[in-house]
Amino acid sequence: MTPAWTISSAFAGALLVLLLPARMAGLSRVIALTASLVGAVAAGAACLWRLDHPDAAVWSFDRAWIPSLGVRFHLAADGLALTLLLLTGIVAVAGVLFSWNVEKRPRAFFAFFMTIIGGVYGVFLSRDAFLLFVCYEIVILPKYMLIAIWGSTRKEYGAMKLTMYSIGASALILIGLVVAFAAAGGTSFDINHLAGATYSPTLQSWAFPILFLGFAVLAGMWPFHTWAPTGHVAAPTAASMLLAGVVMKLGAYGALCVAMPLFPQGFEQWKPVIAGLAVIGVLYGALTALTQKDLKFVIGYSSVSHMGFILLGLAAGTHWGLRGAVLQMISHGIIAGLLFGIAGRVVYERTHTRDLAALQEFDLWKSLPGAAVAFTLATAASMGLPGFSGFVAEISVVIGLWQSYPWLVPVVAIGIIITGAFSLRALQKAFFPVGNPSAAAAPVLPPLTWPEISAIALLLAVSLSIGIYPKPWLVLIDDGLSSPLFQTILSKP
Amino acid sequence: MLLLSLLLLPLAGAVVLGAWPGLARQCAARLAILLAVPPLLLVATIGFMGGASWSLPWMPDAGISLSFSADGTSCLFLFLTSLITLFSLAVSARLHIGDRSYCALILVMESMLFGVFTATHFIPWFLCWEMTLIPAYLLIRLWGGKGAPRAALRFFIVTLAGGVCMLLGFLALQLSVGTMDFAELGRLAANKELAAGLGKSFAASGLDGHVLLTIVALAVFLGLAVKIPIVPFHAWLPDAYAEAPTPVTMLLTGLLSKMGVYGLLRVFLPLFPEVTPGFAPWFSALAVATVLLGAFAALAQKDMKRILAYSSVNHLGYCALAVAAVAASQTDRVAMASAISGTVLQAFNHGIIASILFFGIGILESRSGGLRGLNDFGGLRARMPVFCGIMGLALFASLGLPGLSGFIGEFLIFNGAFGLLPWAAAVSVAGLLLTAVFMLRMIRKVFHGALPPSLAKWADLSAGERWLFAPAIALVVIPGLWPQVLLQFINGDTLRLLDLLRPIP
Repeated sequence: MTPAWTISSAFAGALLVLLLPARMAGLSRVIALTASLVGAVAAGAACLWRLDHPDAAVWSFDRAWIPSLGVRFHLAADGLALTLLLLTGIVAVAGVLFSWNVEKRPRAFFAFFMTIIGGVYGVFLSRDAFLLFVCYEIVILPKYMLIAIWGSTRKEYGAMKLTMYSIGASALILIGLVVAFAAAGGTSFDINHLAGATYSPTLQSWAFPILFLGFAVLAGMWPFHTWAPTGHVAAPTAASMLLAGVVMKLGAYGALCVAMPLFPQGFEQWKPVIAGLAVIGVLYGALTALTQKDLKFVIGYSSVSHMGFILLGLAAGTHWGLRGAVLQMISHGIIAGLLFGIAGRVVYERTHTRDLAALQEFDLWKSLPGAAVAFTLATAASMGLPGFSGFVAEISVVIGLWQSYPWLVPVVAIGIIITGAFSLRALQKAFFPVGNPSAAAAPVLPPLTWPEISAIALLLAVSLSIGIYPKPWLVLIDDGLSSPLFQTILSKP
Repeated sequence: MLLLSLLLLPLAGAVVLGAWPGLARQCAARLAILLAVPPLLLVATIGFMGGASWSLPWMPDAGISLSFSADGTSCLFLFLTSLITLFSLAVSARLHIGDRSYCALILVMESMLFGVFTATHFIPWFLCWEMTLIPAYLLIRLWGGKGAPRAALRFFIVTLAGGVCMLLGFLALQLSVGTMDFAELGRLAANKELAAGLGKSFAASGLDGHVLLTIVALAVFLGLAVKIPIVPFHAWLPDAYAEAPTPVTMLLTGLLSKMGVYGLLRVFLPLFPEVTPGFAPWFSALAVATVLLGAFAALAQKDMKRILAYSSVNHLGYCALAVAAVAASQTDRVAMASAISGTVLQAFNHGIIASILFFGIGILESRSGGLRGLNDFGGLRARMPVFCGIMGLALFASLGLPGLSGFIGEFLIFNGAFGLLPWAAAVSVAGLLLTAVFMLRMIRKVFHGALPPSLAKWADLSAGERWLFAPAIALVVIPGLWPQVLLQFINGDTLRLLDLLRPIP
């Protein structure tokens, strides 16, 4: 099983689901689950293989594609890409499980779902900038469809806003890539080739922000984050999970693996600005989440805050910072998936409200204890308590910041504390009993179903395992970060 | 492996309780008590084997591993933890508080406390430190009184903030000297290399290494001070202690506050000898303020749970005073040894005595239907002689009567502190007198005087309740008469700590 199985299984799954006759529509979820499992297992197997063979050549697949432009179909999987593939696989499996009961046009739903997954796998594996861009674009349309058709709460608005932002950002990326392509001689879109070329400092100083911004919009960088909360809230649960869990990571991944290595001097010049915006994002996201009334909006803004950590790690530009950024991508992918899954699927499907005050009526601690316990753990993970994955990521980012911008550290500390406050506030309001716990009779809600329980258990187990034993993930990430691509960025060990 | 099984045993118990959906409340409470016994036996085994250790690489390239090791002092705290947990579970069963998940949370907390008292590296220490917060928060929030939501939230946020400060300080150390291992940091500190390292890594800030190390030390101090708590970081405490159900209050005061004392002793003192003499005057002023404010505030309260909460502040103030005294001088080895041993004993004894007292209040509360004001009771001695005898003994132990355990800790602390910080020690003696005043007032108001008619039908303690008190009372009397029974565990560690603080040239 090579890493290519991830892409092929996703697209094959999408195709199979589309080909299903209408009377067998119920089978679509089984196919989607199988395809996601194949992808996750392929990614996991590739990770294990890489851990066993740290010195072997990385798996790659290189064919001519559009010779006139020098575009090649070039996939390769170093440790960094592998960890993100595994993240995608896990979130995909959990997403299908959380969508188990989609009744409305299930075939179309799962086809779009698997297409997004395939596109995401493609971005993480591409070593050709053009191919990466194509995969990046593949994700946009199904994203729009999922929200516009299966969404809730101002879904047309949310879908449109998200798509407009994505397209605008793509335009910036395209400009940046074409500039680099032309300046590097116009022969190849290969990322290593583009990164190896020398660009004039003037070109770098204006091309870098264009390319970086293109990616950073999708990563939810303040002040270009506004698509994220509305999009997350409008999206159906599985789509919120994918959006926050992996699609936002595409932006961060592009910034890390394309924008920064291509224009290292431009990055050097602009990184204080990135750090500034990122830290504003951390604080702004946390403070806004503190005032929200809708549980999903709380999670949406918390994503903005957590994504700020990724950008902070990138801006630190040190080994600790980059490693922290990647760890935070993985950690946030898992935790956001979990939070959205519980709030959007488990709770909303039963109570039909996400309003924090209205949820109190349901006394979820009594009526839905499984969900309440799971959300409590997810909240602990989300606020970066040690023992969960977020902690490993946050300390790495903070050490990176101590190296590059020590003055930002106290501000980030405030951000962490506010994160604790808003997470607890939402948890208390939505899930904990009011007043005397035994007095009022709790309304009867259907208990958790097996798909829900397995999805929750999967995500929680991954977050805990990273928090308690992060070593294999670190080895894989360092494997990726040691590639020559990043050596121009890394200013300190 | 022995230590690993100790760390995992209560967690496994919590999983059993958590994953057994049909378990009735009474059975759950009994099962939890059963589950809390093996850790106690294991602690005793480790104590008599002379220690144990275990380690797992976590972030190997940064030298971070989850390493735990139990020495004599750790064992004393481990013993306290397993004992108070067992006591608290038994009290919960007795007072019919809590259910399956409540017992599971207490066991989770026990596991994490074991970790805090044995971790030898900052990361595992902090991991367990922060992870005690979740069960503590949930226990207060879900099983507490009317004001619990506010009190629990405040408790969580304040301690989280302290924790974050501590974390940032240690990450700065990791960055500049490349380790967060307590022993290694202690060695570096003894060679005066910490300040130099910080100065070099943060040269861009333009600050001197000594100033930087002071900032780091203050950040760590803040994290510890919030937990103990030291004035002015105590504001969360009275509400949290009063709103929590009584068995949880026993855990909060008996164990969670000891995390801070343990941290001061095992982390703060050995790591920052380069800068502690500089801010020892401030530190000792805060300690004296803690002693006095705790005592005065206790004097002003009417609610017995709050009186005991403030009296805990007062008693742990003595621990802070001793640590401040050790930090201040670093010359008089005998006085330092006395203060350090006194701190450990005071922490241990206070845990036991406070648990007895809170249990007593819990009994009054459950019999009277929630009353716990000083003026709600009177003349109980006539109806409940055994109860009043036990409470009287604990109250006298608490105010430091010679022959009972409370005395030895306070004696050793003052014995050391007078040699090192005479003025602070002298002012703190006033705290001892005030303690006597509010403790005696409690005895007079509750046990003596006229019996209100509503209490005329009350019976004395049942046999079960007496048996619950018995081991705790034994632990108050025996060390009071024979302190060596506890001291033998810690003497070696005290000497090792002294060597770190004042390296023999």
